[in-house]
Amino acid sequence: MSDVLLEVRDLRVHFPTADGVVKAVDGVSFTVERGHTLGVVGESGSGKSITFLTVMGLINRKSAIVSGEVLFEGRNLLEATNDELRHIRGDRIGMIFQDPMTSMHPMYRVGDQIAEAILAHRSVSKGDARARAVEALRLVGIPAPEQRARQYPHEFSGGMRQRAMIAMALVLDPDLLIADEPTTALDVTVQAQILEVIDELKQRLNIGVALISHSLATVADVSQDVMVMYAGRPIEQGTRDQVFTAPLHPYALGLLSSVPRVDRRVERLVPIEGSPPSLIHVPSGCAFHPRCPYRFAPCDTERPDLRDRGGGHADACHLSVDQKAANRRERLDMQEPVA
Amino acid sequence: MGRYIIRRLLWTVLVVVLVTLLTFVIFFVMPKGDPALRFAGKSPTPELIQEVKESLGLDKSVPEQYGLFLERLVTGDEYGWPGLGKSFQTKQAVKPELVQRAQVTITLIIGGALLWLAIGIPVGVISALRRGSALDRISMGTALFFVSAPVFWLGLLSLYVFWKKLGWLPGTGYVSFGSDPGAWFSHMILPWMVLALLFAAIYARVVRGNMIDVMTEDYIRTARAKGLSERRIVLKHELRTGITPVITLLAIDLGVLVGGTIVTETVFNLQGLGNWLLVAAQNNDLPVTLAVTVLVAIAVSLFSLIADILYAILDPRVRYQ
Repeated sequence: MSDVLLEVRDLRVHFPTADGVVKAVDGVSFTVERGHTLGVVGESGSGKSITFLTVMGLINRKSAIVSGEVLFEGRNLLEATNDELRHIRGDRIGMIFQDPMTSMHPMYRVGDQIAEAILAHRSVSKGDARARAVEALRLVGIPAPEQRARQYPHEFSGGMRQRAMIAMALVLDPDLLIADEPTTALDVTVQAQILEVIDELKQRLNIGVALISHSLATVADVSQDVMVMYAGRPIEQGTRDQVFTAPLHPYALGLLSSVPRVDRRVERLVPIEGSPPSLIHVPSGCAFHPRCPYRFAPCDTERPDLRDRGGGHADACHLSVDQKAANRRERLDMQEPVA
Repeated sequence: MGRYIIRRLLWTVLVVVLVTLLTFVIFFVMPKGDPALRFAGKSPTPELIQEVKESLGLDKSVPEQYGLFLERLVTGDEYGWPGLGKSFQTKQAVKPELVQRAQVTITLIIGGALLWLAIGIPVGVISALRRGSALDRISMGTALFFVSAPVFWLGLLSLYVFWKKLGWLPGTGYVSFGSDPGAWFSHMILPWMVLALLFAAIYARVVRGNMIDVMTEDYIRTARAKGLSERRIVLKHELRTGITPVITLLAIDLGVLVGGTIVTETVFNLQGLGNWLLVAAQNNDLPVTLAVTVLVAIAVSLFSLIADILYAILDPRVRYQ
């Protein structure tokens, strides 16, 4: 079943500044299907959040140069008016953010803030909206939702607040949920619960989810598709199994081998050397080459295209597939899956 | 909440005691000459000075005088309650004049505050919403001008223009509302404006800064992600956090101004508390100084209590403790 909800084609978001053009997003294409979770992974500044804020129309259009296409249920949102976007936001696409502590208005009751989203899109009475808000809180697993709805955000714990944010984002049965680092600010024990809530609701409501994270481990369990971004571009895309069992790009490989694993004996963790590049002076050729342990002749001059290496598993790297497999064996010390 | 208010009121009593004690100490530690001398005529005899001292109560020791002052304040004196005594200078009871002058000053402050809120908040909000626009730059430039302009200069200039040159307004002094509401208004409008312009300028800048901070908050992005209209985002989400701090500012300003509108009162010849306090302090008129001090201390404490209560109502994160 392939039911494409969101299709982004060659999206570019450039911010002209006094120091030069910041190429925050520079050629991103992907799809999110109904019933699927797309995990989007990358370091800070890789363009993952800007990509989805652009999808939502939440970046300042005056300060950015945007090109490409954002097709949501067949409509190009980049050409939509502010008013049209407003009707899609919250109603057709819900979004939750990194820090649930600051993402709710501190002076309004949680239930009222959820009801407000309903009232913005539906002509229902305030009482009905409040009742639906309570139901939404119940749906995301908040105990005693009637009482909780009357409380203020500061009376909620971080995990409960993020649940309430999910309730707010899903209260109008949107088709798509964008979760921008929803677990980054939470305790480790709570992180898994939040991911579980998102995953369960995705299946129950049959929606598409874009799960943005800086950690591969976060998206590993709940995603069907994975996109790894670096310096505003996707450098590896594929199904979850493809990317996790056979990462192609040295950066994706680096991300995987810098994570401690309990299920595998690893001699030592290998960090990725260096720091993320400036988005104004992106390195020539492959943006990752200054940090790449496998760089060779063409890497600093020719930018590798994102190419399908079979079965929809694509990466942007000059190395041969064999070379990548060898790197993988060396770094992950793991058995190659039978092709 | 009830206990909180009672505790704060007890604090107010303590503040009054401490502030008046300080006034007493300053008065006696740094004397500008014996106040009794003023009333004893030219080349007085020591006996006469002693007599005057006795009649003013200055013959007693300082702690005794202070104790007596507190006692009269609480139990009243021959002029009624609270006992504020009589002026060293005019020999008149302090209380009736205090009441009358307080009316003038409170009229000035309340009218001015309404004006500066009505000007400052909208200007600040609009400047923040149109940040960087010509409108923003003009309002903030004007605000800077009024923040910097001395009140006496602004007052005299406005009197010159609207009274002397244009003849629109009837001049200075205070007319009570009861005797002639029209004259009351036309006499107050200039003092209100002059007082308000300074504060409107300060408030506009504060509100603009608050609003700009609030606009970048995560919960404003959430409000947008919910699909709320821009109008609702500004009116319901940004204004709420953007102008709540104004309450604290207003409370402090109102309290301080009870004894602090000296220049405005002087320029417009309003017989209020500010210039009374000034003249009293210059002339060693202890009872008047103390009376105004007590009133200001109470006003500052009460206004800040009211502000704290309002703030706790508006911001649920604030709790009484």
